[in-house]
Amino acid sequence: MSDLRKVSSSPHIRDKATSSNIMRDVVIALLPAAIFGVFHFGVNALVVLLVTIATSVATEYIYEKYMHKPVTIGDYSAVVTGLLLGMNLPSSAPWWMAMLGSIFAVLVVKQLFGGLGQNFMNPALGGRCFLMISFAGRMTNYAYDTFTGATPLAVIREGGSIDMFQMVMGNTAGMIGETSAIAILVGAAYLLWRGVIDLKIPGTYIVTFAVFMLLFGGHGFDGTYLVAQLAGGGLMLGAWFMATDYVTSPITPKGQIVYGVILGLLTGIFRCFGPSPEGVSYAIIFSNLLVPLIERFTIPLAFGKVKEKGGN
Amino acid sequence: MNTAGERLYNGIVKENPTFVMMLGMCPTLAVTTSAINGLGMGLTTMVILALSNLIISMLRKVIPDDVRVPAFIVIVASFVTIVQFLLQAYIPTLNESLGLYIPLIVVNCIILGRAEAYASKNPMIASLFDGIGMGLGFTIGLTSIGLVREIIGSGKLFGMAVLPASYEPVSIFVMAPGAFFVLALLTGIQNKVKLNLAKKGKDVSKIQSGCNADCASCGAKCGNAKE
Repeated sequence: MSDLRKVSSSPHIRDKATSSNIMRDVVIALLPAAIFGVFHFGVNALVVLLVTIATSVATEYIYEKYMHKPVTIGDYSAVVTGLLLGMNLPSSAPWWMAMLGSIFAVLVVKQLFGGLGQNFMNPALGGRCFLMISFAGRMTNYAYDTFTGATPLAVIREGGSIDMFQMVMGNTAGMIGETSAIAILVGAAYLLWRGVIDLKIPGTYIVTFAVFMLLFGGHGFDGTYLVAQLAGGGLMLGAWFMATDYVTSPITPKGQIVYGVILGLLTGIFRCFGPSPEGVSYAIIFSNLLVPLIERFTIPLAFGKVKEKGGN
Repeated sequence: MNTAGERLYNGIVKENPTFVMMLGMCPTLAVTTSAINGLGMGLTTMVILALSNLIISMLRKVIPDDVRVPAFIVIVASFVTIVQFLLQAYIPTLNESLGLYIPLIVVNCIILGRAEAYASKNPMIASLFDGIGMGLGFTIGLTSIGLVREIIGSGKLFGMAVLPASYEPVSIFVMAPGAFFVLALLTGIQNKVKLNLAKKGKDVSKIQSGCNADCASCGAKCGNAKE
């Protein structure tokens, strides 16, 4: 690539952050949750993850070869897409479904809009929602090995009770990568330490969501209910790894806060008043669509400019 | 009948209402959940389009310019009512599956567009064939979108199962998003084909809608018209 020949006016900041470095960090941060998922759900989960990663990378390679574009599989972004998509599928997913979702994610959501940096929607979530709409039955089939059960979210929605410790550890039904809040938080801590993400988006997202659930969840200040809502579904994975996607989240600091608040509100609305107990992925892709608008209204003042009176 | 052939070709290929002019998107996206629905909608629209073009062309010197749109709508609405009664009487299943979209043909922009752009300025026979050509183009567009959506989305072809039972339908294709995917895909393919033909020196037509120097069929007042 012609990175070295890009010339812009001073001041310049030297930084080692490249797409591939950042993406590699994201892969490392996702590993704890992915490994936990494989241990928890067994070999089928591993197959799903491998299929999604391999298909995503292959789709990107074939498309870029065929269209005579520079091949960008070296930047790990296709790996991240594949891994995230795999972690958002149930372990019972058949291989062809994992494959179809990956092809849709990389080809339609990412490459057709211009590749990395141009996609208007998180590719992994686009792929997940594509599968969710097409194969609703298979996507909510959480059966594995010896255990068939509902996700913690579905249980509390029905008014049942859950084992708090097991849930936070991740010994529950769910998507491959979403069950263990601990493993996800370990990965998130790594990303925070490396400076890949900051707290603005996930922080406002989680806080807004918690407040919303306290007000409208119908359970008052019930700690168990709140923790189940926070850790029992896809919220942790979504807030730390998918809402923070650089391409599909606002670039302005104020915008990131607005974005987090919108995400929290939408997730709360979908979970409280929607037909399904989960709503994180739809909340994120819907908010992705609002990003250009959010950015437009939150452009920070350039250095030295004075805010105009009367206008905004 | 040189103009007739030219009009048919224009409607089906050169200015295909679905893939080139992107007109009538509401029925295109809404009713193409199966091939038979697409075909039914296309043919219904074609009949109305041809007849209304014919009548509007006959009356083009009578209709005052100031109230031409209401006049066109009255003519189109009469035909829509007739056709709907016929469908109710003879093909009730199609009438049910198209439902609300039949009365909505009244405000279909292809019909009003052709009335405004062509039938109100051209002689009867040419207008009739313009309507038939446009209607056929619309039918082909809707049927092909319906075919693709039906095969992928429910594994069937005109209501008959063609794919093995082990095929699991990707049901998003019979829902609203699938209509957009398939429309975009087919439009892309036909642009590609036309581009390839154009490269080989066969100038089929302009790739995108816009001025194609065919001032007779164009409603825009651009000032480029050759006197």
